[in-house]
Amino acid sequence: MKLNTVSQPAQPRQEPAERGPRQSISRRLSLSRQPLLRPLFTSRVPLFSARAITLAGFALTILAGLFGSVVGSHNFAIIFVWIAWWTLLKLVFIPLGGRSWCAVCPIPMPGEWLGQRGIFPGASPCKFGLGLAWPRRLGALPISGSWLQAGGFLMVGLFSAVTLTSPRLTGWVLLGILALAFGLSLVFEKRAFCNHLCPIGGFTGLYAPAAPVELRVDDRAICAAHTEKTCYDHCPWGVYIAAQQDNSACGLCMECLRVCPNDNVSFNLRGFGRDFVESRRRLRSDETALALVMLGCVLSFSILFLGPWGGLRTAAYAVGTLPWALYSAVYLAFAGLAVPGLYALAVRLGGPLQGFARTLNRFARPLLPLGLATWVAFTISFAFAKISYVLPVIGDPFGVGWNLFGLATVHFAPDVSLVAPLAQAAVLLIGLLWSGRVARQDADTPRRALALQGYALAITLGMVWVLMS
Amino acid sequence: MKREWIARIFLFLLLVAAGFIGALAVGPRLGLPGLTPAVDVELHARMPENGGWSVSEIQARVGQPLHLRLTSDDVMHSFAIGQSDQAPIDLLPGEWHDATLVFDKPGRYTFYCTRWCGSNHWRMRGTIVVTGSASAAANPTAEKPLYLRLGLDIDAAHTAQQTPRQAPSAERGAQWAERLPASLRSRDTYLTHSPAGLWLRLRAESSLNDRSDADLWDAVAYLWAQQTTPAALAEAKDLYAANCAACHGETGQGDGVMVEGLPRYEPGSRHASPSLGNGAMDGAAASDESTTGDMRLSAPPDFTDPRNLLGASPAQLEGKMLRGGMGTGMPYWGPIFTPTQMDALIAYLYTFAWKK
Repeated sequence: MKLNTVSQPAQPRQEPAERGPRQSISRRLSLSRQPLLRPLFTSRVPLFSARAITLAGFALTILAGLFGSVVGSHNFAIIFVWIAWWTLLKLVFIPLGGRSWCAVCPIPMPGEWLGQRGIFPGASPCKFGLGLAWPRRLGALPISGSWLQAGGFLMVGLFSAVTLTSPRLTGWVLLGILALAFGLSLVFEKRAFCNHLCPIGGFTGLYAPAAPVELRVDDRAICAAHTEKTCYDHCPWGVYIAAQQDNSACGLCMECLRVCPNDNVSFNLRGFGRDFVESRRRLRSDETALALVMLGCVLSFSILFLGPWGGLRTAAYAVGTLPWALYSAVYLAFAGLAVPGLYALAVRLGGPLQGFARTLNRFARPLLPLGLATWVAFTISFAFAKISYVLPVIGDPFGVGWNLFGLATVHFAPDVSLVAPLAQAAVLLIGLLWSGRVARQDADTPRRALALQGYALAITLGMVWVLMS
Repeated sequence: MKREWIARIFLFLLLVAAGFIGALAVGPRLGLPGLTPAVDVELHARMPENGGWSVSEIQARVGQPLHLRLTSDDVMHSFAIGQSDQAPIDLLPGEWHDATLVFDKPGRYTFYCTRWCGSNHWRMRGTIVVTGSASAAANPTAEKPLYLRLGLDIDAAHTAQQTPRQAPSAERGAQWAERLPASLRSRDTYLTHSPAGLWLRLRAESSLNDRSDADLWDAVAYLWAQQTTPAALAEAKDLYAANCAACHGETGQGDGVMVEGLPRYEPGSRHASPSLGNGAMDGAAASDESTTGDMRLSAPPDFTDPRNLLGASPAQLEGKMLRGGMGTGMPYWGPIFTPTQMDALIAYLYTFAWKK
């Protein structure tokens, strides 16, 4: 008999419950138990096929970025990464699927396949790589959880204007990410890059609790009695699903569902944001930091890319110059200090602090629906306006004058001048109301709830102002 | 194990397909077959700050088609060939155009951008060297430009000491100027005299003592008008708008968008601009290093101020256009405009001064 040698899952430490009993569980529809859909979950082939296609697409994107046209609007790398993929991520993958993009993301796969010496788990009994645990700190710097993701995303903003328009830089960034993920997989166990470094994984996990899907155990008692914990052993993310309270850490690879000997794991359809209602888990400090950085960034990016201030864009584009340094200082001060500072002020105005960081974390969950809605509204601004570029770059991915399938000359540019603002207004309103509801639920006093709602209103109005500018 | 190998092969094929697509795209640049048609030269237009034309010198043979693929890598440019009837081809960023050129005479042809793509727009020039047997060479002119033959210092000040008090009228001048001696009405006189210089010469004629100063200005205006035609002026107006107005301004006041904020040109001050000296006559000679940064030393003079233009002869103006320079960042237009175009432009410039 194999002993359970897993003393503690490698999942980041979670804050203890802060308030009352867990609320009632709402109804679920288990998609993985539907006879027609079940093979999609139990077989590894569909997910592998999707990953293989995204990996080939990723390779094509890197090649197009490095060797294709330097004109961003005619390069597959720019249009597919920053327009098509980003739009799908923000409008489809995250709101509807939580971390569903992580399930098909190709970036960790080469390292993972090498580590397990095969495409499918169990292809080889030997493992490749050092398999070290990810360190919690580097000196005094916390590097576990979302700290690096928050810092990384903040830093991305310094170079966003160039990265978003330069195919070459995009190509090198993607290649660098692939190499970094691969290298880290040789040294560290599980998905070190995804869990601790990937900025996309960071905010995807942050907003995943809002999604209407989940992967959960059906009966925790069965898991408690099961000593082998095969689900944890097989989870590439290092998640122990029986302890999972929300969607934030699960990459939806379904490996636990496949290996559970008791068939105790289900992929469920549920109401939007049930984690906010049913989970008692509050955000960790790194998650709160990331949530605030994401809010600061979406406001900053909206001002930068959607606002009428051309001089600001010019400064952001002139990397290394004095205007860029000034832009960087203002950006960092705004996104990294002002927006988080305003939140801290709101929390303080709501009542006494019971430990600064702990109090900020305790009331941070309203930032999630607020942040998600704001990012969706931001994405809508350019998604439909730029959609006309998508088909032509499929017909001419490298921008060398091809016209594959006649797509390069297709002009599909729907008029969304009326629909887009309405959609943005609706999304922002939903985010504001949703955030207010979570604030009312999480707050210890009505005054605190009011302060948090005031913060959400301020952010929303700020976003509305930028969009209207 | 079978499933594992199928998956590996599937993955391998997908990655090979991605690589194959990339190879097809990049291949033509490396001389390998691709999906794009075979061309002699792939020419990328870029702002001078980004490198200018990707190929600065193109080789061609008389009578043999030269296949070009053209695109822009940054902003809107256009491709035109100097002293030819070839219509400019607008180049939008990332879009491709195929062009086939056939040259019937050997020589050095200048290709250039006709869109105001930036402050150094005029530097977007390259050369097509056409070799082969033909009866006459194209560009090299048989004789020196007139300003050189006359020994004119085109950098010297030429402020008119005499200017009309009211706008001269060629129509009024036509009523009597036909009776002037043929030597005064000749083309040589026109080319070698400034309007103010000819006016002084007329004033010195004792037979014209009974004519007022205004009459004499009317005569000069008439003689100037005789050297051009409405059609030539119309063509010159378009040429001016496309090539000159960016600096000289639509109305000739020297207030074009490219010279905003620059100090006004001081005639004869000989601004330091070594790279814009006679060497600039050679289209390919202006190197990036010697001309960057300090291109727009001053704004051009105000053509609507009669003192500026009425003191310059057509030969002087032709010299300025041919050679460029003068410390203002004025490009050299010798390889671009035909003699006929140049002549029409000179006549058109004077119309700015006659209006006041």
